[in-house]
Amino acid sequence: MNDASTTASLASRIQLVRSSSGIEAWLIEDYTVPLIAMEMAMLGGSSQDPATKPGTATFLAGLLDEGAGPYDSTAFHDRLDDYAIELGFSASRDQISGQLRTLARHRDEAFDMFRLALNESRLDEEPIERVRAQLTASLRHEANDPDAMANREWFATAFAGHPYGRPSKGTLESLPTITRDDLIAYRTKIFARETLKISVVGAIDATTLANELERVFGALPAKASLSEIPMAKPHAVGTRKIIDLDIPQSSIRFGAAGLLQSDPDFVTASVVNHILGGGVFSSRLFREVREKRGLAYSVSSQLAAFDHGPLHMGGTSTKNERAAESLSIIESEIASLASDGPNDEELDIAKKYLIGSYPLRFDTSTKLAGQLTHMQVENLGRDYMDRRNGLVSAVTRDDAARVAKRLYGDGKLFVTVVGRPEGM
Amino acid sequence: MTTEPHSHKGPDIAHVTLHNGLEIVVIPDHRTPVVTHMVWYRNGSADDPVGKSGIAHFLEHLMFKGTDKHPQGEFSDVVTALGGQENAFTSYDYTAYFQRVSREHLKTMMEFEADRMTGLVLSDDVVNPERDVVIEERRMRTDTDPSAQLGESLASTLFTHHPYGKPIIGFMHEIEGLNREDALAYYRRFYTPENAILVVAGDVTETEVVRLAEDTYGRIPARGQKPERQRPREPDARAARRVVLADPKVEQPSVQLAWVVPSYKTAEKGEAEALEILVQILSAHGTGRLHRKLVMDQKIAVAAGAWYQSTAVDRSRLMLYALPHPDGTLEALEEAIENVLTDIVQHGVEDHELRRAKTRLIADTVYAQDSQSSLARMYGSALATGSSLKDVTDWPDAIDAVTADDVKQVTQKWLNRRHVVSGYLLKDEAA
Repeated sequence: MNDASTTASLASRIQLVRSSSGIEAWLIEDYTVPLIAMEMAMLGGSSQDPATKPGTATFLAGLLDEGAGPYDSTAFHDRLDDYAIELGFSASRDQISGQLRTLARHRDEAFDMFRLALNESRLDEEPIERVRAQLTASLRHEANDPDAMANREWFATAFAGHPYGRPSKGTLESLPTITRDDLIAYRTKIFARETLKISVVGAIDATTLANELERVFGALPAKASLSEIPMAKPHAVGTRKIIDLDIPQSSIRFGAAGLLQSDPDFVTASVVNHILGGGVFSSRLFREVREKRGLAYSVSSQLAAFDHGPLHMGGTSTKNERAAESLSIIESEIASLASDGPNDEELDIAKKYLIGSYPLRFDTSTKLAGQLTHMQVENLGRDYMDRRNGLVSAVTRDDAARVAKRLYGDGKLFVTVVGRPEGM
Repeated sequence: MTTEPHSHKGPDIAHVTLHNGLEIVVIPDHRTPVVTHMVWYRNGSADDPVGKSGIAHFLEHLMFKGTDKHPQGEFSDVVTALGGQENAFTSYDYTAYFQRVSREHLKTMMEFEADRMTGLVLSDDVVNPERDVVIEERRMRTDTDPSAQLGESLASTLFTHHPYGKPIIGFMHEIEGLNREDALAYYRRFYTPENAILVVAGDVTETEVVRLAEDTYGRIPARGQKPERQRPREPDARAARRVVLADPKVEQPSVQLAWVVPSYKTAEKGEAEALEILVQILSAHGTGRLHRKLVMDQKIAVAAGAWYQSTAVDRSRLMLYALPHPDGTLEALEEAIENVLTDIVQHGVEDHELRRAKTRLIADTVYAQDSQSSLARMYGSALATGSSLKDVTDWPDAIDAVTADDVKQVTQKWLNRRHVVSGYLLKDEAA
């Protein structure tokens, strides 16, 4: 393939940098643009929220840059702005992530601000209440948003009783109960070197980075104390749940169990998903639901490889009068892939796309740092960039048919619908 | 063919015009062997004929329906099989199509894109389902979302005469009436080499791009003259207006304040840059005046910000917004936002605020160099709205030249409370 040289050269450019006390990072050194991008991740995320206090991880992530060390919130933001430093944290279901982007000439200040946010966030009363109010407003804002409602209901039902069933961003009931002590307890439990993965791309050399790593991350405790999260399979598969909302369109979310990223069939499953609904202009769902029948503007599917309950999922928004028809087309495409697998032509096109488009994932420093961190979190190895296209290329029609059957099984889905769908 | 070289702190940008009038911009980025290939047409929703709102956007969808040479689906299948990504977008002033592929496939993209500049074939069999797709798109974006509905009313109140007041996607009753003939008439009027700008960013050289473009786009005959944009001018506003939308689905109210302001194209020297700095001073993350005053000091808002559509052919819009605390009213919030502006008009802005805003905006141009698709969009949108390449490359200097007094002056001149249009989003408690 044309891009083999690209990915190979990228993989060989990854340097493993180790600080004096053993903090490791993957570095791609590049001086084309005078900036540095860093992405870090630690295991945990919202699935480690206390059971009665969903939203704790998201709340903490929003507070880390609201005052740290000698700087209160105002002084901290002034300083970020003075140096045009971009710094932020976020929580997904399985991880806490941090991003940093700085001009190379402000490297020293930028890494220091990141160190403060990570280790010495003050969690002062004023920003706690302010961020609580912001998060509450954001929940209210999406309270009656059809896509958000369909998604919330899907997870609440499919993962009832499991941490994944609790909303990552918390609830209007949980947010008021989260205290400063809860935030500190979460940080103490989760922030640790043990699960830390770091990637850096840009205008910095390995020796300088090794020193910065020690300064920023060296004071973190060695071990995290993660609560055990049981593996879960989604409930209610084979059923539909309709939530009434007075709108002209029905928002539909569907899904069932998927495969772990570490599963030997995961790459093949990605190819199969691409054929079903991953490709923008070429997937089966796009052709059948949108192009042929004009039933929806957006229709897609994806693999959501959560660590403790992987899924295949998808969604669309379609007029109430034809919602039942749209859903039945989606179900029949899934069933047909499960029983017959893809044909040679669509498999060939999907493989070519996934192979050829791989370099587009690395075309900015920020995206590249994100990809490198993802590869570390999933233990894919530094040579993954060299191996990955070979794995896709090796997928045969028999593999794809077998994995489609494994992934979609009897084709049953759990479906949530928000709107006033007719005939369901 | 004419060539004018440009150089600045970033990449060396080349700007060439082919004999048929097609403008070409080449932005080198040799970090990965990938190119971003974009064609921009200097027409957008503001050029929709009266009664045909949404036609620019509808045609953008229909441009994927194939030609005599390459029937429906072939272009997209080829892009996919080459591992490329593609899409298109329509704005008020332009419509653009792009693909991102490995560098050696650039010519293939050019062949297909040049082919559909004049070769589009449409039948009712493809036009009719696609109209339904656009109707679902409008339902998804607007008709299920009260805040988007308020946004449409706010725009049509702000622009009483100029087409920036109409939604890009079109009004539902007019989308429903759009047909094949409307699309083709609009297509023939605007899709010409004289009206297009080719932007190629990535692992390419000027010589190579021009050679490939001559061989593809260069074969399209010139139409003779550029299509004219025919737009009425928005009269100066005389009144303050308030638009209120109450819906039972609204759980989080908000207030917006909007004004008609100059764009880079229409502004007197330095005014657009001063407005850009003003917006930065008002709304920078964590440091903006709206955040500091309304959220942190007065605690009457949970979030506040500002937005300026500076890249536009005609006079454009600037908006401030805030989300109230649960116990606050929108009237009080509107008053507090006005007071933030009054303070700037009376006392100006601080030197450190000005310095910070400049640092941030100029740093953004360095960050933009990290993304070839951002650069391609930056140059494409500037040229498509009548700015020159030099305007873009000189922009950091123009920003640096803004004074505290300039910021005060533009605030006083353009953000006058006597002409404000405010938008209130409320929960309909009665329903």
